[in-house]
Amino acid sequence: MKRFTHSDFWYRFSRNKLAVAGSVVVVSLFVVSMLAPWISPYDPGDINLQMVLVPPSAAHPLGTDQLGRDVLSRMIWGSRISLKVGFVAVGIAVVIGAILGAMAGYYGRWIDAVVMRFVDVMLCFPSFFLILAVIAFLEPSIWNIMIVIGVTGWMGITRLVRADFVSLREREFVQAARCIGANDFRIIFVHILPNAMASILVAATLGVAGAILTESALSFLGIGVQPPTPSWGNILTAGKDNIDIAWWLSLFPGLAILITVLGFNLLGEGIRDSLDPRLRQ
Amino acid sequence: MIAYIVKRILFMVPLLIGITIISFVVIHLAPGSPTDLQTDLNPRVSAEMKARMQALYDLDKPLYQQYFIWVKKLSVMDLGTSFSPDRRPVIDKIMERLPITIIINVLSLVLIIVVALPIGVLSAVHQDSWFDKITGVFVFIGFAMPTFWLALLLMILFGIYLGWLPISGIRSLNYEYLTPIAAMIDLGKHLILPVLLSAFGGLAGFSRYMRANMLEVIRQDYITTARAKGLSERAVIFKHALRNALLPVITILGLSVPGLIGGSVIFETIFAIPGMGQLFYMSTMSRDYPVIMGILVIGAVLTLIGNLIADVSYALADPRIRVS
Repeated sequence: MKRFTHSDFWYRFSRNKLAVAGSVVVVSLFVVSMLAPWISPYDPGDINLQMVLVPPSAAHPLGTDQLGRDVLSRMIWGSRISLKVGFVAVGIAVVIGAILGAMAGYYGRWIDAVVMRFVDVMLCFPSFFLILAVIAFLEPSIWNIMIVIGVTGWMGITRLVRADFVSLREREFVQAARCIGANDFRIIFVHILPNAMASILVAATLGVAGAILTESALSFLGIGVQPPTPSWGNILTAGKDNIDIAWWLSLFPGLAILITVLGFNLLGEGIRDSLDPRLRQ
Repeated sequence: MIAYIVKRILFMVPLLIGITIISFVVIHLAPGSPTDLQTDLNPRVSAEMKARMQALYDLDKPLYQQYFIWVKKLSVMDLGTSFSPDRRPVIDKIMERLPITIIINVLSLVLIIVVALPIGVLSAVHQDSWFDKITGVFVFIGFAMPTFWLALLLMILFGIYLGWLPISGIRSLNYEYLTPIAAMIDLGKHLILPVLLSAFGGLAGFSRYMRANMLEVIRQDYITTARAKGLSERAVIFKHALRNALLPVITILGLSVPGLIGGSVIFETIFAIPGMGQLFYMSTMSRDYPVIMGILVIGAVLTLIGNLIADVSYALADPRIRVS
């Protein structure tokens, strides 16, 4: 078997137009959110009651909301929320999923049975129900949202990691590691886990997209990121409240969510196809 | 076949137990016991409510006893009474709202099958044609679409600018004065957007899945055999390929049940449909814990039932499953 090299990956990735488009979207989003204090034309919290619900114009390219705040500025700051929630939530899901999946796949037997039944049970709950129920008990805040999305979203990663571990645990390099006296902890984290990183990376990229969608839906329903902190979801709530008079409040934040999620999805699929073209669907 | 069904139902028992344990953990998630948290820190819950929580979940007893008492009540469908001023039994509140939620979800499933199945088959049969490419783009956008946003846009378009469809509730104000046929049409008009939107997410995934399945089946040897013996392309695709490609689809439909039920929270809230999802949303906002717990358990049990129906129909359709 030919050894997989990084230049193979970059060659395939750079020739995949959709994947490149996805990474452009993701990178621009990072740049925008990092430069938010400098590029947003107004302060996102600046209330101006003389300029309430003004349609898009030269002064306010995306219009203003029901308190006269500039929608473009709020969306620029909102990108920080989306990225933060996406990455932290997926980070939590990856840690839980990797540990449980590694244990189930490596040790097998009853640990495997218990972990996988746990996964089955968690998958029985409509995830939105579980998230809502937990948030009803905690206060809705950005940190609680991240934790809840992460804690209810690790099952897919567990299954992936377990499958990788089951197929890798009997391989020669694992036996060799065992022969030279490596303990289980070392074998799992130093020898096997790096081989499962490819599938984790792909699942995580797609997971960020899912987490951003969930956060925006929760914020839209008023149980996510709370105003006055701007998030794409809670600008849309204002859009619904003013649905018959202010279309711009509904149109632009949703478009931003769509493009962002599309970007992460394209990037994730691009990484998968470039890592292993055989997986291509 | 009966042995298979019995086995399958027995397999549900540990899952049911798991569901009750996780729901129970959720009740006890709040730091400290749910009651002191609410009276001390949360002005929305009064001392009287504390006493009712105490009685409902037997919070003065040890944890394992609380669990068994709760499960015992659950097994006779006793979910307690709502914290809202009407104080009605939770089970009644849920049951009167369940039918509309189930109707919308079943209609969405039907719509998904009717639309996505032909799309998937056609794009597989004509792989890389313009039809395949266009549907591919739609599928990709469908995966990334925040459907609640699409709901807003369609409400603006059809409800406000064109004025073709109502955008809230399931009945018009003059519903009681309509003839039965007009009433049906009225209900249908109210359901078009919610059903369309709750099906939307599934459409993308399902047509993509159907396409992948069909592509795999078309490459099998028995399809080559069918072609080699001179069958028409139509017979090959619809008689030999489609039947086999349809099998795994049953499972996917079963797996899509939790997503549909979960989505009902969003759509029923946006369109003000008096279903279980809206009840769940309102209970979350008012912290009506007995209702939240009740719907959480019932939502999970509905998923289990959906999966059971899917597995049994798979076994009915494919003898290989029930023999092995």
